[in-house]
Amino acid sequence: MSDDTITIEVDGKPYEAKKGQMLIEVTDANDIYVPRFCYHKNLSVAANCRMCLVEVEKAPKPLPACATPVMDGMKVSTKSAYAVEAQKSVMEFLLINHPLDCPICDQGGECELQDLAMGYGRDVSRYQEQKRVVQDKNIGPLVQTDMTRCIHCTRCVRFGEEIAGLQELGATGRGEHMLIGTYIEKSMCSELSGNIIDLCPVGALTSKPFRFSARSWEMAQYNGIAPHDAVGSNIYFHVKDDRVKRVVPAENEMINEVWISDRDRFSYEGLYSDDRLLAPMLKENGEWRQVDWQTAFQTIKERLEEIIATDGANRIGALAAPTSTCEELYLLQKLMRGLGCHNIDHRIHQVDFTDQDVAPLFPWLGMPIAELEALDAALLIGAYPRKEQPMINHRLRKAVLKGADIMLVNSVDYEFNYRTSDKLISSPGVLPAMLAAIVKVLLESDNKAVGKDVERLVNQVQVEETHRQIAGKLASAETRAVLLGNVAVAHPQFSAIRYLADMIARLTHANFGYMSGHANTAGACLVGALPHRTVAGLATNNTGLNATSMFEEQLSAYVLLNLEPELDCWDGQLALTALQAASCVIAMTPYMTTQIADYADILLPIAHYAENEGSIVNVEGVRQGFCSAVTTVGESRPAWKVLRVLGNTLNQAGFDYNTVNEITDELAGMLDDIKPGLTDGGQLPGALSIANGSLQRMTDFQMNSADSLVRRASALQQTRDVADGAVHINNESANKLGISTEQNVLVKQNGVGLQLPLLIDDRLPDNTVLIHAAHPACYALGPWFGDITLERC
Amino acid sequence: MTETTAKELSKHAREEIDRWITKYPPDQKQSAVLAAMRVVQHENNGYLTTELMDAVAAYLDMATIAVYEIASFYSMLETEPVGRHSISVCTNISCMLRGSDEIVEHIERKLDIKTGESTSDGRFYIKQEEECLAACCGGPMMMIDHKYYENLTSGMIDEILDKLD
Ligand code: SF4
Ligand code: FES
Ligand code: FES
Repeated sequence: MSDDTITIEVDGKPYEAKKGQMLIEVTDANDIYVPRFCYHKNLSVAANCRMCLVEVEKAPKPLPACATPVMDGMKVSTKSAYAVEAQKSVMEFLLINHPLDCPICDQGGECELQDLAMGYGRDVSRYQEQKRVVQDKNIGPLVQTDMTRCIHCTRCVRFGEEIAGLQELGATGRGEHMLIGTYIEKSMCSELSGNIIDLCPVGALTSKPFRFSARSWEMAQYNGIAPHDAVGSNIYFHVKDDRVKRVVPAENEMINEVWISDRDRFSYEGLYSDDRLLAPMLKENGEWRQVDWQTAFQTIKERLEEIIATDGANRIGALAAPTSTCEELYLLQKLMRGLGCHNIDHRIHQVDFTDQDVAPLFPWLGMPIAELEALDAALLIGAYPRKEQPMINHRLRKAVLKGADIMLVNSVDYEFNYRTSDKLISSPGVLPAMLAAIVKVLLESDNKAVGKDVERLVNQVQVEETHRQIAGKLASAETRAVLLGNVAVAHPQFSAIRYLADMIARLTHANFGYMSGHANTAGACLVGALPHRTVAGLATNNTGLNATSMFEEQLSAYVLLNLEPELDCWDGQLALTALQAASCVIAMTPYMTTQIADYADILLPIAHYAENEGSIVNVEGVRQGFCSAVTTVGESRPAWKVLRVLGNTLNQAGFDYNTVNEITDELAGMLDDIKPGLTDGGQLPGALSIANGSLQRMTDFQMNSADSLVRRASALQQTRDVADGAVHINNESANKLGISTEQNVLVKQNGVGLQLPLLIDDRLPDNTVLIHAAHPACYALGPWFGDITLERC
Repeated sequence: MTETTAKELSKHAREEIDRWITKYPPDQKQSAVLAAMRVVQHENNGYLTTELMDAVAAYLDMATIAVYEIASFYSMLETEPVGRHSISVCTNISCMLRGSDEIVEHIERKLDIKTGESTSDGRFYIKQEEECLAACCGGPMMMIDHKYYENLTSGMIDEILDKLD
């Protein structure tokens, strides 16, 4: 028994407890029920509802279990007449102002107030006076308010302060007039706002998109994994009539604790968009016609065999969304490689592949997600985790609250929901030079032998105070990390960034890692959805074309898995041109869009998200499997089944799987002994570009435009986290160019001219133009990064 | 954005807030929020607007909702336009026993408004006073523009009110 272990007695039985624990933690841990409203294990203790009153021996009055620290020898009764009397009295008070409108309340059936009123409420109310009524405010497209039902537990308020890091809701007024709200009409802008729906013990905060569409007891619950970022938050699908009605978090302390991002919560709406593809389709003489699967498979066989015979298998390219499952990607690469084609890739957000041979097995975080919160210092490069990987950001925020220094090398001065320390905000072309300057400082102080080449490289750059600060803080911290984000990976000099970031990590003994990527970027690398590596990262003698060169080469045929290349790929225009020129495009897709209709020749409808089954691997390297929660629409099939039949149709060996688990098991056999690990160094960049005053375009990723599913989720599309199709530039640069927001500007990039709205965005450094990824009005401009000009129209 | 809103505070208000800030530890400048709002309210005909509260929030590095919470909690802070002279009649126990109800009634009748309302000419505002004003020995009493008037009678009230512009 360690020193801080004590013994208390609850309801006549002894229990061990730790000093400093609150009584409710001990009773919860031992399955002793104590009623509560305001207490939540992931929030601070407010002790304002008093529902958890219990009897404590020698205490002169009942004590709140959530705010009473345990003491050795304490004797507690949770169910004595005295305790129950106190609990019942509190219940009566809580119900005084509650409207008791359960029949028209969405929370009915899963309401903590309703449940506890059953146990502790009186049959008849003694309250004869008038009840208070609270005017509702519109707080945005996601959360519905019915504030008359609020019992002032302040869970939602504490969540804002403590977890979301944005104080948006508060308790205004006093006494009878106190109410929870935003005071002014205002949409919540936290990317985690939906969690207050789960936290609210009553029906004051409910889901707006779900509203009035099902009762909790009508729905069945299925496990799932959220598919929008590299974290793989655990979720539950709530299903009624074979339709996903809503998504809520499933607890997993190691990954998402008890939270999920709004994107993970509300993206299910995208399953039911009008443009779902319901049956296989074939284009003949420019006309689409619905066909049966058999015909579709036969046609694919004929077309591909013809192309292989005339042009060769290496004139086919296969591209898959990094959200596809391991099983799908494994079969895709198995099929392509079987046909003799090595042009397979999922790295659609990347353009610089020069160091791919020395790249790590997969973009690995380098540490468990949960351990991020123990960091003392971290340098984030080309990253905005708050909107890219919200649950990783949540861990970093916890680290900051404990005093960690989060430092930034970015091209946009993003708004974080915690204090950040030093930041270097520079135009994208200068990012590598910024890192080189930090390396230079580190080399000055610690004369490590790094080779003449590195010294020559870093001698090109000037060191400034911020570089010294960052280097100093990283070097002196206890636990530290250097982490790359999505923009770093998409950067045209990604290999230089990686090399220098890795060098900084080595020199400071920091963990080097990636917090980039999508739901299954890691899995895609592991199962060989890469042109230069096969399953388990084994190098191949036949390196194929990468995601960019596949389009540059204008191949004869393309096989696409769940992609909208014009929106998803690094150069949407390049992709579109190549697809339009190809003689055969086979798209496995859940959606039929005008673009797909234009460039594709054969469409195969596939199951999506909750309809699908398989497994994905997160940035930490954890593989999580999931089963389908609903039947897929129309004639669509899970892509693994489509690929299985394709494999057999094309006479490939080893495609006789009966269940998805057989593929999973086969993979497990090959991947089990694989350790993530990061390879050495990388590739030394030749020269570093410095700011030359020319206008540079960059791109970043709006969380609710990140993939095909979320782009179709209507409530999320009303939030501010969507691609806006505007040209962002800072005030000074706009003035210099003589352009203003009053009229559209003429944007020229890559030989294309477009008229787009202008937005003054002072988060940007000079001479930097930001255009969001995945906006239909912008992809014609081509590359996500590069030279650009702006003129008045 | 923070900067432009902060500019709405007058020079005097900023000086006054700065003076209060020095009274607290450097990392707790939000402690000056009550003093800040008192000054700002005083400069703005006795009430606060959302813009002014936002300016105070920006100046003290606070979330705007935290400032709204405070402004709506304390009864000496007004968040709606009110008459020039703010009248608070104490109706707590001692004053009530000494006839404060009649005093309130008299004022309401004289000004032809109810408690919580302002006269249409913008001269008077009868405030709903929540607490004992700590002049129990002189009840019934009222406070107008921070000044106490004790042992009130109807006659006295007429005289006091008539003298105010
Ligand atoms: S809205 Fe819900 S969570 Fe927020 S204070 Fe009221 S009852 Fe509690
Ligand atoms: S749960 Fe203990 S006071 Fe609310
Ligand atoms: S009761 Fe009126 S001043 Fe105290």
